[in-house]
Formats: sequence, structure tokens, C-alpha cells
Amino acid sequence: MLYREVGDFKTTYRSDGQTFPIAFDRWRYYIVLLVAFCVVPFIINDYWTNAVLLPFLIYAIAAIGLNILTGYCGQVSLGTGGFMAVGAYSCYKLMTGFPDLNILFCVLLSGLITALVGMLFGLPSLRIKGFYLAVATLAAQFFLVWLFNKVAWFYNYSASGQINAPERTLLGYKITGAETSAPVTYLFCLVLVVFLAIIARNLTRGHLGRSWMAIRDMDIAAEIIGVNPLKAKLTAFGISSFYIGVAGALLFAVYLGAVEVGEVFGIQKSFLVLFMVIIGGLGSIFGSFAGAAFMVLLPVLLKNVLVGSLGWPTDIATHLEFAIVGLLIVVFLILEPHGLAQLWRIIKEKLRLWPFPH
Amino acid sequence: MPAEFWYGVEVLLNGLMAGVMYSLVALGFVLIFKASGIFNYAQGVMALFAAQTLVGIQTGLIPFSHLINAMLGTKIHHFGWNVPTFIAILITIGIMVLFAIIVEKLILKHLVNQEPIILFMATIGLAYFLEGFGDLMWGAEIKKLDVGIPQGGNVWVEESTAFLGGEDFYGFYLDTLDIYATVIAAILVTSLILFSQYTKTGRALRAVADDHQAALSVGISLRTIWVIVWSIAGFVALVAGVMWGAKSGVQFSLSLIALKALPVLMLGGFTSIPGAIIGGLIIGVGEKLFEFLIGAPFLGGATENWFAYMLALIFLIFRPQGLFGEKIIERV
Repeated sequence: MLYREVGDFKTTYRSDGQTFPIAFDRWRYYIVLLVAFCVVPFIINDYWTNAVLLPFLIYAIAAIGLNILTGYCGQVSLGTGGFMAVGAYSCYKLMTGFPDLNILFCVLLSGLITALVGMLFGLPSLRIKGFYLAVATLAAQFFLVWLFNKVAWFYNYSASGQINAPERTLLGYKITGAETSAPVTYLFCLVLVVFLAIIARNLTRGHLGRSWMAIRDMDIAAEIIGVNPLKAKLTAFGISSFYIGVAGALLFAVYLGAVEVGEVFGIQKSFLVLFMVIIGGLGSIFGSFAGAAFMVLLPVLLKNVLVGSLGWPTDIATHLEFAIVGLLIVVFLILEPHGLAQLWRIIKEKLRLWPFPH
Repeated sequence: MPAEFWYGVEVLLNGLMAGVMYSLVALGFVLIFKASGIFNYAQGVMALFAAQTLVGIQTGLIPFSHLINAMLGTKIHHFGWNVPTFIAILITIGIMVLFAIIVEKLILKHLVNQEPIILFMATIGLAYFLEGFGDLMWGAEIKKLDVGIPQGGNVWVEESTAFLGGEDFYGFYLDTLDIYATVIAAILVTSLILFSQYTKTGRALRAVADDHQAALSVGISLRTIWVIVWSIAGFVALVAGVMWGAKSGVQFSLSLIALKALPVLMLGGFTSIPGAIIGGLIIGVGEKLFEFLIGAPFLGGATENWFAYMLALIFLIFRPQGLFGEKIIERV
């Protein structure tokens, strides 16, 4: 009934090639944005922001980043935690080294620094493929975490080895530091997420995205039809690391405020983001959001039900969470290897014919 | 010879022993990878689970007691008996075989013909599940594993080598447990090689490793082979779990040895059993020597965390298939 392309005539190339060609999709998108910008900031409280919304937005950025690399370009990376640490520590160094620099530029610059580091670690991908590459990215993970632990310059020689975000404001509102208000931090992250997601969506639709997908589907064949593997792989590593670095910077500066590298950016974080991408759907921007939402909500939900309602000890709830997450990953891979995004696509196909399927 | 030199040799020997432990874990990976093309990330967690189960059975823990206590409000912990080590090991092997059958029935069967990377991710999911399940079943606290292998420095080796150095050298310090582990690993590897060379099942295993479809066409049941391979991998995991568990206690960090085995595999090649052994030795010796010569004096220590990966990474750039791996041939 609602979901129709019938009668939705396109008269220009521009309108034919837009991101959401179907009117229903387009309106849904506008409404989601409207609710996110104009309704949510007025009804949220501290608990919701800290437990659900901020981690969701920040991990969505990281998931988009990893999806560009793994989902679109086919290079599996287990170094996400390490790259997020690069983002966090460069943000810290920029914030403390240049106190007058705007926090927005700090975050974006730390993304750029991470992009450079990512490209450096992406160089071996020209020779190494598949599992071998996945394991090679572990080198990045462990080396970077060790580096930030050992070299005191990165944490300004503080005694605890922790980094703490100093207070910074944007347009007069406190973004980082101790006394931030929930709507402000939420809106700051939301603006970045929307901005970055639109860029990612358009990148993957364009020339660059197509060369990534060609490399993913078969790199040798792609090389023969004239895709430059050096350019495609390194841009994928660079852009993906940019997103992951921004996510790391936000996680540190806006969400956590204080970070100890081994705890926050360990190998577990790499897997968490990878799971988001798998559950959400490889090669889909919507999937990155869906996966991030799923992996952020599941622990909160389990904790509320098991610890809050049933009164179980926290450690048992944690173990059960591990088991359930693992089981879900396996079930998803068996039933729907392309994740939540594919489920959504199937629903859309059904909706187009509803209520008169032929 | 100065004492420093002999300390260097001691580091080398300890590195060799550590390398044997890495090889032991890597062996489980190679077995499964050869037979089913699956890169089994869960191998480390399997070692943890096997060690947990062994301790649990040995000390008569009630499975899921924490969960039952939380749900019903009871306070049960132990059955109140101790099972002899040998019988406990047999029961644990039985459980690992059961695990192999379940994995084949519930997971592998449904993922035939999927891309390798999907299978890899499925084993990551399996690892998470098994980790949570093992902790639910036996509790997450650090357990002491005692299978009757003595621990501590070996006095005999220490005394009989003391004459090598000068005044301030007291002989090589080697852990007795490490020596046992080396011997057991050597026996295990030899018997595995003999098994795959001289028995009918072993020949079938090698046939499947060579070519799935050809093996199917001559009447080898892939699914039986997979169960056998996962059972053997479970057994190897048990051995590795017992050795590491006896050394540092049965705890979560045991599952991380899987991550340590990855560079070993990359160095040795995913498809070669000798490669896994030699790769393990190179990594074990390399990281101990690097820490001794460069890491501790100049870089602030703890370089063991990443040295193996960096070595493997640099090595792979020059030889993408590893030391002993089959040459990678790609066609359009």
C-alpha cells in the first residue's frame, strides 16, 4: 500500500540516481532525522544517553568504518581496537597540546592521523590476503596498545597511565569534561554521525566504492579490468581508519572522559565492532547502524532483565551474555549471512507486493 | 665464556620450551584447517573449556551450580567426591568428542560451501559461546590444575650444567613442567604423524585435505571425517589446556593462547604440521631473545605481546604462504 514505486516517475538523472529513489524510503529517512534532531534531545535523560544513545552513535561510526574496509573492500581487519586507540590518543594530544583548538577539529584531525596510521598498516594487504591479512592486522592491534602503554609521551607522563579529557566547549556548550549535559553531547555525536554516514553512503555509490567492491569480489579480475589495487586498498584502509579514529576520539573525549588503553581498546573491542558489522550486514551502511544498535542494546537488555528483575549476580549475567552473543553470531551466519540489512531488504521486497503478492 | 652468554643460552632454551607450547596449540589449528578449510578461532577456548572440564570433574564440581543457585536460591557447589586424574581425563576426552559431534551437527553441516571468511567468523561466535558456556558451567574463578606433574626449577639440570659458566653462573634454570610438556608434545606430534600416515582413517584424512570433492567421490564421508578431526583437535586442545593450565592456572587468559598461535601459523603456513612445530619454535625463541637483547634493555619490556605478530607480518610480506605452506595459486 505505502511502499510503491508505481507512479513515482523520474524526469532527471539527478532524481533517478538519488540515495532513496522510493518516496516512502525518502520520507522515512527525513522523519527519522527529524525525530533524532528535534524530538530526542528534549526527552532524553542522563541514563539513556550514557547507556544507549552515545555508545550507539559512536559505535555506529566505528561500524561504518569497519564496514567500508571489510564489507565493501573485503579486507578483514582485527585491528579496530588499536586504531580507535590511535584516534583517542591523538585527540588527547591535540586537546592538551593546542588548548585553543576547537574540539570539532581535534576530533576530525585525530581521524586524519588514524587514517595515516591505518594506511601504514594497510600496506601489507597488497601482498597478504584473507586470513593472513586478518592475523596481520592483529599486529597493529597489539603493537599500538603496547605503544600507548609504554611510551609515556602519549599520556603526558601522568602517573596513572590514564588519559583524561580536559574540558572543551563548542559554541559555548560544554562538550567534554565533567559537567556536560546529555542533549549537547548527544547532538554533537549525532551531527558527526549523520555527516559521516552521508559521506560514506555516497562514497560507496561512487567510483571509489565500485573499485572497492570489485576488489572484494575478486581482486585479480578487478586488476585485469583496470582497477588499481594499490589505490583501492589503501583508500579503503585510510577512509575506514578515519571513521574508526573519529569513533575512538569520541569514545574517549565525549563518552568515557578517562581511558586506560589496555582496558578500553583491547582485542575485545575489535571483535565487538566486527560483530556489529556481521550482525548488521556486510556491505551496508544501514546494517552498520542496525548492528551497532543490536550490540549496544543486547547487554543493556540482558542486564536489566537478569540483574534488575531476576536479581542474578552480575558475573553470571555477563557469562550468559557471552554465550548468547556467540550463539546469535552463529545463528545469524547460518540463517542470514548478510545480516539484519538483508532481512530489511527481504521485508521491503515483500512490502512492495503487499497486500497482493503474485 | 662469560656468564652473560650462558644466560643468553638459558633464554634460548626457555624460548624453545615456550615455542613447543605454542606449537601444541597451533597443531590443533592446522589439523582442522587441513581437513575442512576452516580456520578455527575457537581452538584456544576449546583448550580453556577442556581444562575447566577436567578440573571440574576431578574436584567433583556440580555443573551449572552457580546458575542453579542463582535461579533456585540453593547453595550447592560440590558432589563431595574426587575423581582420579586418569578417569577424569577419559571423561573429558568423551566430552570433547561429544562437542565435536554437536559442532558438526549444528554448525558445520549448515555452513558447507560458505566462504572461508564466514566460517572463520562462525568459529569466533563459537568461541564466544563456549567461553560463556564454560564459565556458566564451571564458574569463572581461577582454578588450580594438578595432574601430578611436578613444577618448579629442575634441580638436576641446574646442577649438572653449573660447571659451564664462571663463578657467578649457577646452571640453567628450566621448569620441570616445561620439560614434561616438550616430551609430551613430541610424543603427540609423532603419534599424529604416524596416525595420518599408516592408518586407514589417517589416509582418509589426508585425502579430504587434498581435495574435498575427489574424496567424496571415492566414498569418504566428509561429515565423519569432520567429526574425527574436531575430536582430535579437541584432544590436542585438552593436552594444551592441561599444560598451560598446570603452568599458570585455569583462567580466562588461557583462551588467549589461540591468539599467540596465530603468528605461529602464519610463519609456518596453515597447511603444514612440521610448519606449525618449527614456526612455534622460531616464535618462542625469537620473542624471548628479542625481549632479552633488545626489548627489556631499550624498549621498556613487555615486547612479547606484539613481537610475534610483527615478525610474522614482516615475514609474510616476503613469503605470503608461510615457510611450509602450499604455494598460493590464483586463477580468474
